[in-house]
Amino acid sequence: MIPYERLLLDLVQSDERIVIVTAENRGHMRSLPPVLGNRFIDVGIAEQTMIGVAAGLALRGRIPIVHALASFVTLRPFEFIRDDVGIAGLPVIMVGMVPGVLSDGNGPTHQAIDDVQVMRGIPNVNVFCPADTAELIAGLPELIKAGGAWYVRYLAGENVVEQHAPFAVGTAETVVEANQPVVTILTYGYLTKTAIDAAGILANRGIATRVVNMRTLKPIDADAIVRAAAESHVVVTLEDHFRTGGLRSIVAETLLDARLTADVRSIDLGHTWFTPGRLGEVLDCHGLTADHISNAIAHHVEHSRELLDA
Amino acid sequence: MTDVTLNHLQQQALRVREHILRMSTNGGCFTGASLSCTDLLVYLYNEVLNIGADMLDNPSRDYLLLSKGHDVPALYGLFAELGFIDAARLDNHLSVTDHVYWHPNRAIPGVEFHSGSLGHLLSVGIGIALDIRLRGGSNRVFVVVGDGELNEGTIWEGCLTAAAYGLDNLIVIVDRNHFQANVRTEDLIPLEPITTKFEAFGWTAHTVDGHSFTALEDCFQGALVNAGRPTAVVATTQRGAGVPSIAERADRWFCNFTAEEVGNLIDELHGRAAAELTSETLIVR
Repeated sequence: MIPYERLLLDLVQSDERIVIVTAENRGHMRSLPPVLGNRFIDVGIAEQTMIGVAAGLALRGRIPIVHALASFVTLRPFEFIRDDVGIAGLPVIMVGMVPGVLSDGNGPTHQAIDDVQVMRGIPNVNVFCPADTAELIAGLPELIKAGGAWYVRYLAGENVVEQHAPFAVGTAETVVEANQPVVTILTYGYLTKTAIDAAGILANRGIATRVVNMRTLKPIDADAIVRAAAESHVVVTLEDHFRTGGLRSIVAETLLDARLTADVRSIDLGHTWFTPGRLGEVLDCHGLTADHISNAIAHHVEHSRELLDA
Repeated sequence: MTDVTLNHLQQQALRVREHILRMSTNGGCFTGASLSCTDLLVYLYNEVLNIGADMLDNPSRDYLLLSKGHDVPALYGLFAELGFIDAARLDNHLSVTDHVYWHPNRAIPGVEFHSGSLGHLLSVGIGIALDIRLRGGSNRVFVVVGDGELNEGTIWEGCLTAAAYGLDNLIVIVDRNHFQANVRTEDLIPLEPITTKFEAFGWTAHTVDGHSFTALEDCFQGALVNAGRPTAVVATTQRGAGVPSIAERADRWFCNFTAEEVGNLIDELHGRAAAELTSETLIVR
């Protein structure tokens, strides 16, 4: 049993409200159907029905945790989420598998790189983007405690730090600290590990870099963003998401609200779908390796300094 | 059915239709679709559903979900008659001070779930029915859908899922008034044979005259449900039923009459002179 399966089993066994639902996406829960019995519901490849069913279960006091590929759990049933979860304000947890660059070779239909944008736009729906397995496992029970509806950008990868800060909804964590940082990288999810590696390269090049894992993008830790703008010369947003609607947009909105501006460099997937392929090649092709990122940031810092000196 | 019961149902249905007509002014409402399902709702709430003003939050109640939500004036008119809400609230129709508008809102006692966008509440009903079964309950879930709503793919998606789970506590009622919003169903996306379609999806299906209380009695008190299968009841109705001058008229879907016309339509409802209607009525919402 993988850690996520163990977590779901623990949740089902310890909380009678929890029901595990899937639209025939079982890749990360193959061992669960026989042990969960009728608390495991597979509606078939029917994402709209899955969200409606989840709303019905929630009306009866359940907390359904529903699963499909990230692009299919967000976009196919979008109106069902908006109407039956968002308007109703029901506690449904929607887990999107292989989000962002993780869909590697599937092609653009499967690329959930607009998921943060669409899900955070729905009133009453929150967004959690774990950076690794440990954070997924620590965070999910906290979402349930916090209540409400959540989109979870599923990630069960290797742990990016030895010890995460205790998980709290709406609270970012600093995963690489730096005194008087020149750069603060704000990031989330899969690229958190890449950001940590890039910060190491930058430090070796004399550019002190702090890395902040945002963890929940809604609610957002606005203080962490304001602090990044106040305490570092350059703020970098790093995400495997379209440039629009994700963390870059959140940072812009947050700084606008705080009447602040900042020197922001955004590293993301721009305005179109990425070239499908093996994950390593995709990351290289789109400038999302630690080397590419550190080079881009170093170049930006240099350019900013030239501007300041001129 | 006793004569007393029959008379009670008929009188209540008349009063619900009056409520609908009174809501068809000063902004208007979806009059035709509301009139088509009036008798169905009156019958279900009085004779079938285990529900009452004192058990609206009781987890063992029967659920009725109005998936074709634009007929909500019929539901609210009935709720006023059943004492779920104060009849005076109907006067708040389209006032921002209340929640009485063109589609159901859960803030109104008795409304199980909101609707508006078509094709949603079958899946919500499946979720409720699954939970009832998880808890070993014997209550049932009724989902009222429009015939035009059968265009929505999620209805058929839900039909597959409900049959797969053998939800014999789930009953879909099709308000078969033969109209979409603007045109007759069979002139656009033909639906017939509807019962055959449900049967092919693994459901038990019936047809019934949706305006005859005795026919409804025969259907719902008879062998309605087969164990292990969900049930569909296709209720043949007439859009605008009870008020001939707006019945079966494509242009009387959404109606916004003058107060005088409403008075005349209520007269017509009671078998007095036919109403003369001059209001512009083809308002496509």
